[in-house]
Amino acid sequence: MRWLLAGILAIDPVPWARAQMAFTLAAHIILVPLGVSWALIMLIANYRGVRHGDADALVLAQRWSKYLAVTFAVGAVTGTVLSFEFGLLWPRFMGQWGEAFGIPFLFEGLFFFAEAIFVSIYIFGWRRMKPWPHFFSGVPIVICGIGGSAAVIASNAWMNDPSGFTLDQAGQIIEVDPWGVIFNDAMPLMAAHMVVAAYVVGGFMIASVYAVGMARGRRDRYHRLGFLIPFTVAAIAVPIQIGVGDRLAGWVQENQPVKFAAIALVPETASDVPETLFGRLQDDGTVSGGIAIPGMTSYMTNPSTGTATVIQGLDTVPAGDRPTTSQVNIVHWSWDVMVGIGMLLLLLSLWYGATWLFRRDMPQSRLFLLVASASGVLAVIAMEAGWVVSEVGRQPWIVYNLQRVDDAATANTGVWITFIGIVVLYAALAATTIYVLRTMSIRFKREDHHNQPVPYGPSDGGQSDP
Amino acid sequence: MSTIAAIILFTTVIAYAVFGGADFGAGFWDLMAGGTERGDRPRRIIDHSIGPVWEANHVWLIFCFVVLWTCFPEAYASITLTLFVPLTLAAVGIVLRGSGFAFRHAVFRTRDRRVFGALFATSSVLVPYCLGAVAGAIASGRVPDGGRAGDPIGSWINPTSILGGVLAVGTGAFLAATFLVWDAGRLDEAPMVEYFRRRAAGAATAMGVLSLIGVFVLREDAKYLFAGLTTRGLPLVITAAVCGTAALVLLHRQSHSGARLTAVVAVASIVLGWGVAQWDYILPESLTLEAAIAPDGTVIAVLVAVGLATVFILPAFALLYRLDQRGFLPKEGAEDSPGEPRLDSPLPAITKPIGRSSEH
Ligand code: HDD
Ligand code: HEM
Ligand code: HEM
Repeated sequence: MRWLLAGILAIDPVPWARAQMAFTLAAHIILVPLGVSWALIMLIANYRGVRHGDADALVLAQRWSKYLAVTFAVGAVTGTVLSFEFGLLWPRFMGQWGEAFGIPFLFEGLFFFAEAIFVSIYIFGWRRMKPWPHFFSGVPIVICGIGGSAAVIASNAWMNDPSGFTLDQAGQIIEVDPWGVIFNDAMPLMAAHMVVAAYVVGGFMIASVYAVGMARGRRDRYHRLGFLIPFTVAAIAVPIQIGVGDRLAGWVQENQPVKFAAIALVPETASDVPETLFGRLQDDGTVSGGIAIPGMTSYMTNPSTGTATVIQGLDTVPAGDRPTTSQVNIVHWSWDVMVGIGMLLLLLSLWYGATWLFRRDMPQSRLFLLVASASGVLAVIAMEAGWVVSEVGRQPWIVYNLQRVDDAATANTGVWITFIGIVVLYAALAATTIYVLRTMSIRFKREDHHNQPVPYGPSDGGQSDP
Repeated sequence: MSTIAAIILFTTVIAYAVFGGADFGAGFWDLMAGGTERGDRPRRIIDHSIGPVWEANHVWLIFCFVVLWTCFPEAYASITLTLFVPLTLAAVGIVLRGSGFAFRHAVFRTRDRRVFGALFATSSVLVPYCLGAVAGAIASGRVPDGGRAGDPIGSWINPTSILGGVLAVGTGAFLAATFLVWDAGRLDEAPMVEYFRRRAAGAATAMGVLSLIGVFVLREDAKYLFAGLTTRGLPLVITAAVCGTAALVLLHRQSHSGARLTAVVAVASIVLGWGVAQWDYILPESLTLEAAIAPDGTVIAVLVAVGLATVFILPAFALLYRLDQRGFLPKEGAEDSPGEPRLDSPLPAITKPIGRSSEH
């Protein structure tokens, strides 16, 4: 008994804290795109409904707002858990850097507060508010979603590019420049990449639900519209996302060369670096397996110098200051997954765009609907992979070049218990969320057989517009 | 600067104690409402009263955290290290509560609603208890300085923490009951007015008795706090006592909005009294506000955020409450049958008469 207790008390909290942080973030981030992009998608439908008297669009908007109420609530509670975890898992990090790292959350809080208020007004306002005021009560949700995620990303970007503060001899912060903290160098591109990702992921997630319905033969106008609106949003966002991602890769290459070396699997500084698809870094520093495209990484990094471009390798920093071999492999594979899925989604969007251009209609083939049905899951995977690139690629630093993860974690040895508890809790939460959303959808379907409820009361006049 | 930051911090604590507290309290009454049939009416009032506002109410807690970790990062580190257990429990409770409440609205089978309702209600008691215990731990000087951990268990299982936890649950219940009396009045639900009035009076009395016991607990267990409460905090203690009693009297005389107001003032003065009593420590007798404060730049950022909140958020918050109280945000999916809740419908079908004056 004694040895068991002693064993439990000696469990190193650091890996568990990492696992818990990564797990809860990875769960929260799935809900984020819905919070950010669904509002816009809903308002497009709402606009169509009110402006063109499109009853299907109006019903879609109203139902979407009810689903959003649920996903938003789950996003809110999982987000609150994160703010507890900053302290519970990383007290030494917060104690040391809270006065700088914490600042963007002040503004995220504001955005989020406003968002919560207008979400409530919009969701509960369907029956009693006039159509246009009701529509405009939805607009702040879109703005706050973008602002809120940009603010959170500012904090994360600050961990990649800590700036906006002065340290004394002992390494304590003695001066803070909030502007410099928020608008650190990494922030604009990372925030843009995440916000656009939110539209990609949210759009494909929602569209894929209707794609499944259509593939099963429900090709009525309601399903079609439910597919077209979100899918169009996502299809427009994909090329932008890839453009921003490319710029971001350039930033990483210049400012976090070690992370870039992990991304591109470059053990030693060299020119004429190949683009290795998959493959593995071995402990002895060689790369095995994978498909190498000669000179491609060098060429992509700087087309003007072509394959002669020199790429800094992992060997330029001591082994203790860079990701371990297995972390390098995780980063590299995640990168390939993100970019690979990005390219696939690009093809899908081009297909859709070209068909519209030439045939004035969406692609009708079964294959298209099948791929579109998978697009939601694929986009989520790309986003998760992107975060893994960003976070694991920064190892062993929690604050790049300033503080190590080991020095930031809590000393509470019970983290493994909370980790297990959280995994169980979130699994239940995920299952219940899906169950609840399905129940709602079944109920809506049943309603269709009776009378469709008209969102705005008949006396409001919103329906009769031509 | 440290004073300004402390004032902002305590404003967020008070806002959370009032708005969040009333919210938790509503969950407490939900828990106490009894079986499905007996508890149906009170649950409808409760649902109706917190439906559109609960999410916004909870952002106050986030603000409180953010102000604490930006302005007093060392204190935040010590608190989270020491009070790992109650804070973790509170976080879990918040997940269960929020999702339980949201799910309860989205599902339609009685069995499902009952499960989610139970989750919502029990966690409504767990969370304020834990947060109250955390407050007790801080107030009684059990959190050390320097981002160090104190006693992982004794810090939150001790007389002051227990007092804090029970007080947090109790004041929330008291607040909520006075709000619900008023809401029930607004909805023309005479039996429910009486129902919640009895509960409000009961909670107020219980809180009064608890506070008397609390005096002795604090004298033994939290000497610094006790000294503060009996000197510079005394006016606030008296205000709380007077307002609490006034709320009881007003409830008795059916002046519901007066009771609501005095209840809010009573709770706010208790929280403010805590802050004033442990002045000028953020962690009593180990870390002063002055020593813990972040550099000026950070505090200025907080002030900017507060300014923006005043200009943008408060009006929006007021708009939400106003739309809600004017009946513009009815329960989704409910039938329009003014003043006549339909007990047989699967959804909470209470609607408010529009345009009726809210005063009685
Ligand atoms: C739908 C999702 C999605 C798609 C299709 C892509 N990305 Fe991405 N990527 C993200 C979603 C994402 C993300 C989850 O949003 C990340 C994590 C951190 C961040 O700011 O964005 C990210 C990170 C991230 C990073 C690391 C930034 C850092 O370490 O701070 C780079 C270099 C790229 N991306 C580049 C790309 C490129 C060149 C793409 C071209 C196909 C691409 N991404 C597609
Ligand atoms: C603003 C957003 C974010 C912040 C502030 C943040 C912060 C952190 C912190 C403090 C850690 C622990 C220290 C470390 O291991 O470096 C961490 C680790 C991690 N996070 Fe993030 N994170 C954010 C977004 C995300 C998201 C959305 C994901 C989704 C997948 C993610 C994935 C991870 C992973 C995988 C780790 C573990 C890395 C490792 O230890 O090897 N992060 N993050
Ligand atoms: C608009 C979309 C988003 C919604 C609705 C949302 C929801 C929430 C909520 C409710 C909280 C806790 C309360 C708060 O801080 O206000 C939170 C916190 C958090 N979210 Fe999100 N979030 C969004 C965007 C993001 C993004 C894009 C990320 C990062 C990848 C992220 C990562 C975090 C982190 C790290 C926290 C904890 C920090 C804190 O307490 O403020 N969130 N989120």
